[in-house]
Amino acid sequence: MSEQISQQNLVCVKCRVPLTLGQVTLSYMGSNFPVELYKCPRCGLVFIPEALATGKMQQVETALEDK
Amino acid sequence: MDQKTLREHEAKCIQENPPGCTAGCPVHVDARALAAAARKGDWAAGLAAFRKTVPFPEIIGRICDQPCRQSCKRGEVGDPIMINALEKACLVNGGAPLPRSAPLPPKAARVAVVGAGLSGLTAALELARKGYLVVVFEAADRSGGGILAIPESKLPRKAIDDDLAVFGQLPVEFRYGAAVGESLSLAALADEFAAVYLATGPGDDASSAAGLGRDAAGSIAIDPATLATSHPKIFAGGSLRRGRGDRSPIAAVADGKAAAISIDRLLQGASLTAGREKEGPHATALYTNIAGALQLPAVPAADEAGGYSKDEAVQEAGRCLQCECRECVKACEYLAHYGSYPRRYVREVYNNLSIVMGIHHANKMIDTCSLCGQCAQLCPNGLDMGEICREARRMMVERGKMPPSVHDFALRDMKFSAGDPFALSRHQPGHETSKWVFYPGCQQAASSPHAIRKAYEFLCTKLDGGVGLMLGCCGAPANWAGQERLFRETVQETEKNWRALGSPTIITACPTCFSMFHHNLPAAPIEPLWTLLDRIGLPARTGAGIKARPLAVHDSCTTRHETALHHSVRSLLGKLGHEIAELPHNRETTVCCGYGGLMIFADREVARKVAARRTGESAADYLTYCAMCRDNFVRQGKRTFYLLDLLFAADAGITGLETIDYSQRRENRSRLKRELLRDLWGENMAEPQAGIKVIIPDDIRQLMEERMILAADVATVVAHAESTGDKLQDTAGGHYLASHRPASVTYWVEYSPAGDGFLIHNAYSHRIEILY
Repeated sequence: MSEQISQQNLVCVKCRVPLTLGQVTLSYMGSNFPVELYKCPRCGLVFIPEALATGKMQQVETALEDK
Repeated sequence: MDQKTLREHEAKCIQENPPGCTAGCPVHVDARALAAAARKGDWAAGLAAFRKTVPFPEIIGRICDQPCRQSCKRGEVGDPIMINALEKACLVNGGAPLPRSAPLPPKAARVAVVGAGLSGLTAALELARKGYLVVVFEAADRSGGGILAIPESKLPRKAIDDDLAVFGQLPVEFRYGAAVGESLSLAALADEFAAVYLATGPGDDASSAAGLGRDAAGSIAIDPATLATSHPKIFAGGSLRRGRGDRSPIAAVADGKAAAISIDRLLQGASLTAGREKEGPHATALYTNIAGALQLPAVPAADEAGGYSKDEAVQEAGRCLQCECRECVKACEYLAHYGSYPRRYVREVYNNLSIVMGIHHANKMIDTCSLCGQCAQLCPNGLDMGEICREARRMMVERGKMPPSVHDFALRDMKFSAGDPFALSRHQPGHETSKWVFYPGCQQAASSPHAIRKAYEFLCTKLDGGVGLMLGCCGAPANWAGQERLFRETVQETEKNWRALGSPTIITACPTCFSMFHHNLPAAPIEPLWTLLDRIGLPARTGAGIKARPLAVHDSCTTRHETALHHSVRSLLGKLGHEIAELPHNRETTVCCGYGGLMIFADREVARKVAARRTGESAADYLTYCAMCRDNFVRQGKRTFYLLDLLFAADAGITGLETIDYSQRRENRSRLKRELLRDLWGENMAEPQAGIKVIIPDDIRQLMEERMILAADVATVVAHAESTGDKLQDTAGGHYLASHRPASVTYWVEYSPAGDGFLIHNAYSHRIEILY
């Protein structure tokens, strides 16, 4: 497994620009929630880091599923 | 589940019923708790348990006649526990001043108690605590009655004084030298007071009880449940109603309590009789398993008159069996995991189904049960938590309340098995009809495709009338997931295919398929492969590759009632020369391996605990006749052989330690179908599209297995990224990062080009959707 990716080093391959922090809306089980994530300032391609996906996001998924 | 069903389920779990000692005690002393405290030397806690229901502990703790001992379970394996001796040990060693008695706000009604013996004093105490003004009429010049005749050595006067000191805090007036009879008539008392309790001790003095109705024997007629007499305001009890030969101090106390309850109810205008069935001594429904308990005699007291020393009391309390049922919880790791027992769990399931808003706390518990039915086998009343959880899952699915993530992976896998990549239905090559059809089952084929093929080829040579082949899924994952509609559709599809083959006898290799068909395809004759092989014989030199050894047989939970199957499995092992080691719970009481009911997808930690416990039960190598059980045990590091492999793949050099991941399981199924079609039926199935080549190192493969990500999922992400260009690059390491959401899960893959393919560095997923 690779080392954790540093988000500041990420570039969007298509647009050739570094990712920057921006507003993203996530959605699950009918609930929408705005979060700040790294994404391509041009095309909007979003990056979800591994720690977020396997940590907080999973907790939120479980919480919403049990509602 | 409605309220009525809930109560029926709850009633079946008898764990909360009192132990025999408590039920048999007229005032229901919690002797089990007392013994538990005494065992730890916690005398104060023991005394507190005693005081809870005994109004005069100093007295009763020394002179109780212990009817409880007759229903002490220890009596079946040794002497009943010396309960009163333990009570006395708690009194002597745990002595703390009696807590101040705080009566309820005073009531206007005045109650007369005739007789200051144990029974009258108890009634006076209980009534005074409820706020009644009580006047006690006693013929003698002091309180105590019959107990005053007990020698000082057994019942010191100080003990009596200490107990009776409680009256100093309560609105009770004592009138000594006041014999009820000619000068002070009972009728006059009944006129003056709101109610009267007559407890004048043995003797049934005609003058004191003048005017009360008599029974056929000439004694005062007393209702045993309420202690009511023929006079609506007069109650009578204590040794008055038992006679001189039966002076039970604890029964006298119990009567005093019962009279106080009756009088209170009378004065409150409530029913005298409602809900009093278990007020007195009764039998308990609590089941306690004493198998394996050693016969133990009572611990003798060195100082017989003085009672137990601390050490002796601890020892004696240690003999207490601490009666409880928990038969199911003791055997089931899943039930034990939540720290309680089915009566509580049923309530949690019910509440979980009932709440409209808020968190469904029991979702995980409901979804984690293996539905194996062991609890129903072990429960004295047959309570089946599996059926309750299965029903709850159906309701959750019906109402859209089933967490989608739990069964998603298993249901997608089921779809794979029931679809083109695996499903197949054919007559035996060269045959137009089928007398038999072999149904190996999707997971058996996923785990042991080689053995499945060999078994089919063997059946074709051995059985007449044509042996068709059906590959597919029996629908078990849908059934376990509560997906009733999907399950029914799957069963109907199987039935359609089976009828198209001419309704042959189905030979199942998988115990779960057997069970699913047995219960849901009543028209189909079914026989497990194992009983069939036991009957028709085995291939020559079968199993020769595996050295004969003792094998601990793990019976599959889905066929716990198939006695013939259990027998055949052992018979086959015998034919192979293996010795059989039986596990503690097996055959009809066998336990799930940790896969059943999709437990492994709901709570991997519990599933692992279940498998770990099972594999720890014997040092011998294990033998299963379900491939999933084998895989689960091998994951625990336990050498486990799958019977089909022993019979048909032993020459392939199996070690009993092979593991197969989810990706291989799919690959094995589709390859089995392709190869069988090609080699047996001469049909060429299109090879799966070569697509993109991904190289997955072992550590990443392991991580993907834990995260339930397939090699195919990873390949899809890379293919998507490479074709659309939607990917990120880490400028530090040069790796690409891309995601794709083919259905309900977003997969992320970190990769880099390598030769003509792509090397995978990481993979993870989430269900939350990125909107914009």
